[in-house]
Amino acid sequence: MRFVRRNRKKPPFTLRRSFVTPEGVDLQLELGGAGTRAAAFLIDLILMLLVLIAATVTLFAFGQATRASIALILWLIGAFCLRNGWFVLFELSGRGATPGKRLMGLRVVARDGARLTAGAVLARNAMREIEIFLPLSFLGAQEAMGTADAFLTIFALLWTGIFLFFPLFNRDRLRIGDLVAGTWVVQTVRRALAIDLTAIGHRPRRAFPDSALALYGVYELQTLEDVIRNGDPDARRTVAATIRRKAGLADDGDDEGFLADYYAALCARLEGGLLVGRRQLDKTGAVAG
Amino acid sequence: MSAFVDAAPPLVNASRFRAAHEADWTRLDALLQRIEKRSVRVLSEDDLLALPLLYRVTLSSLSVARETSLDRALIAYLEQLCARAYFQLYGVSDSVWRDLLGFFTKGWPRAVASLWRETLVMAFLTVAGAIAAYALVRADPSWFYGIMPDGLAGGRDPSASAATLRDTLYHSQESGLGVFASFLFGHNAQIAIFAFALGFAFVVPTALLILYNGLMLGAMIAVFADKGLGLNFVAWLAIHGTTELFAIMISGAAGMRIGTAIAFPGRRTRMAALVEEGRSSAIAVAGVVLMLAVAAILEGIGRQVVTRDAMRAGIGGVVLVAWLIYYYGIGRRHALRSPQ
Repeated sequence: MRFVRRNRKKPPFTLRRSFVTPEGVDLQLELGGAGTRAAAFLIDLILMLLVLIAATVTLFAFGQATRASIALILWLIGAFCLRNGWFVLFELSGRGATPGKRLMGLRVVARDGARLTAGAVLARNAMREIEIFLPLSFLGAQEAMGTADAFLTIFALLWTGIFLFFPLFNRDRLRIGDLVAGTWVVQTVRRALAIDLTAIGHRPRRAFPDSALALYGVYELQTLEDVIRNGDPDARRTVAATIRRKAGLADDGDDEGFLADYYAALCARLEGGLLVGRRQLDKTGAVAG
Repeated sequence: MSAFVDAAPPLVNASRFRAAHEADWTRLDALLQRIEKRSVRVLSEDDLLALPLLYRVTLSSLSVARETSLDRALIAYLEQLCARAYFQLYGVSDSVWRDLLGFFTKGWPRAVASLWRETLVMAFLTVAGAIAAYALVRADPSWFYGIMPDGLAGGRDPSASAATLRDTLYHSQESGLGVFASFLFGHNAQIAIFAFALGFAFVVPTALLILYNGLMLGAMIAVFADKGLGLNFVAWLAIHGTTELFAIMISGAAGMRIGTAIAFPGRRTRMAALVEEGRSSAIAVAGVVLMLAVAAILEGIGRQVVTRDAMRAGIGGVVLVAWLIYYYGIGRRHALRSPQ
C-alpha cells in the first residue's frame, strides 16, 4: 500500500486576519505576536507590583499612625481587587487595553466583531488563574517541599505548561482566556498619511517608451515605492541603474528625479490596466483578473 | 531615450482620489486622536454626528483604493484609519452605569439561574463529601488529620476539649476579626475564580475541589458533634455559611458549564459553545465574588453581634431564601424570556 504524500504547499505564516465589518469591508487586522503580548503582560505585572508597593507603604504608615486594623483590612481587600481588577477594569474601558497593552500597541477585540462585553472580559481574565497561577503554585510547592517527587513535579509542570504555552500552539495566538471569551488581541497601528509620490503638482521631465514601462508589475512598483520613501541613497542609485540598464535608457545623472518620474509613469500605466480589469502582479507578467 | 520633455503630468488615480477625499480622512483622523487620548465625551455634538458618516466615507474610500490604487502607503493608512474608527464605533461598551444596573437586575440572576442543573450537581457533591467525611471522622478521628490542612483547623481538632470548642463558637476574639474576615473573603473569592477556571480541564479538577470542600465541612461538623456541639456548630456556620457554600457551589457550576460545553457542544461548534457558555458563566462568577463579600460582612459583623444559635441559624436561613428568590425567582424569568 502506498501512502500518497500531500505535496500541497502550506501558505506562509502570517498574523494578518480578515475581519469583515457589518458594511462588508475586510479590515485585515494584524494580530499581536506572542512576544509582544508577553512583554505587555510583564509590563502590567511590574506596574501592578509598583502600585502594590506604593499602597503597602502608604497603608503601613497609616496603620502605624492610627493603630487600627483598618489598614490591614484595606490592604487585604485592595490586594484582591488589584490582582483581579487590574486587567478587567482597564479592558472594559473604551480603550480595550491595559497600560501594558497600550504601550505595546495592543487591543482586545471580540472575534465576531461585536462589542466587547463584560462577560467576555471577565471570562478571559478569570482564566489567568489556570494559565499563570497554577504553574506558579506548582513551582512554589516544589520549592517548599524540596524535590519530593521529581516525576510528579515534571508531570504537573507539563500539564500546566499546556495552559501557559497554549498561545504558541495555535495560529491565532489565542490564550485559554481568549478561547473561552471569544476574543483576540490585535495590533493597533497608527500611521500618518505619507506624502503623495505622484502629487498633482508634480511635473515629470522625462517621457518613457512603452517598452521601458512594460518591464515591471505591481510588486516591483510597490518595492520602488518603498525605495523612494525610505531607501538610502545607495539603494536608490542601484535601483535607478538597474532600471536604466534593463530599459536601455541613458544615465542623466539625476537618480531622484528619474525614479520619481519612472514611478509616476509606471503607476499611471498599471492603474490604467486596473481600470480594464488587468492587474499585472509582477515582472513575470502574472495577471490577476 | 529618456529625454527631458515638458510632458503632461501622468493621470494617476491615487492622486486625484486622494485630493478629493483627503479632507474627510484627516478630519476623521483628528477626531479619533482626540477620542483615543481622552474619551468620546470630548467631542462636540457636531463631531459626534459626523463620526459615523466620516467612518463610512473612509471605509468606502478603502474599498475603492484597494481596487484602483497601487499606492501601498495610502492603502495602509486607510486600513488603520478604518480599523481605529471601527473600534471606536462598534467596539466600546455602553455607559458604565447602565451596564452595572443591567448586571444587578438581569445579567447576574439570569446567569446563575441558567446554571441550575450544574448547581444541583455541585450541591450533591458537597453534601456527599460532607456525609462521607462525617462518617469517616466519627468512626475514626484520625481521619480528620488526613482531610484538614494543618493551618485551617486552628486548634479545632478531635483532641480539643469541649470547652475549647465551645469557646471558639461563642467567644470570638474581638480584635482581628475584621482582618480575618477580609482575609477569608480574598482567599475564598480567589478559590471561587480558580474553581471556575479549572472547569476548562473537563470539569474533573473543579469537581474534586468542590468535593474536597464538602469533605472539610463534614470533618469539622464531626469534630463538634463528637463533643455534643454539632447543632451549635451548624448554627455558627449557617450565619455566613449558607451564602458562602452556595457561592462556592455556583462557581463550581460555572466551571462545570464551560467544561461540559467543550466536551458536549451539542449542535453548535465546540468553539461557539465554549464562547457562549464562557461569557455567561463568567458573569455568574463575578456575582459569586459579590456573594462572598456579603458572606464576609455577615461573618465579620453578624457573628460577633449575634450569639444565640436560633438567631444565627435564622439569619443564615433568611439570607439563603433571599438568594434563592433573587436567582430563581427574578433570574429565571429573564432566562425564560430571552434564551441567550
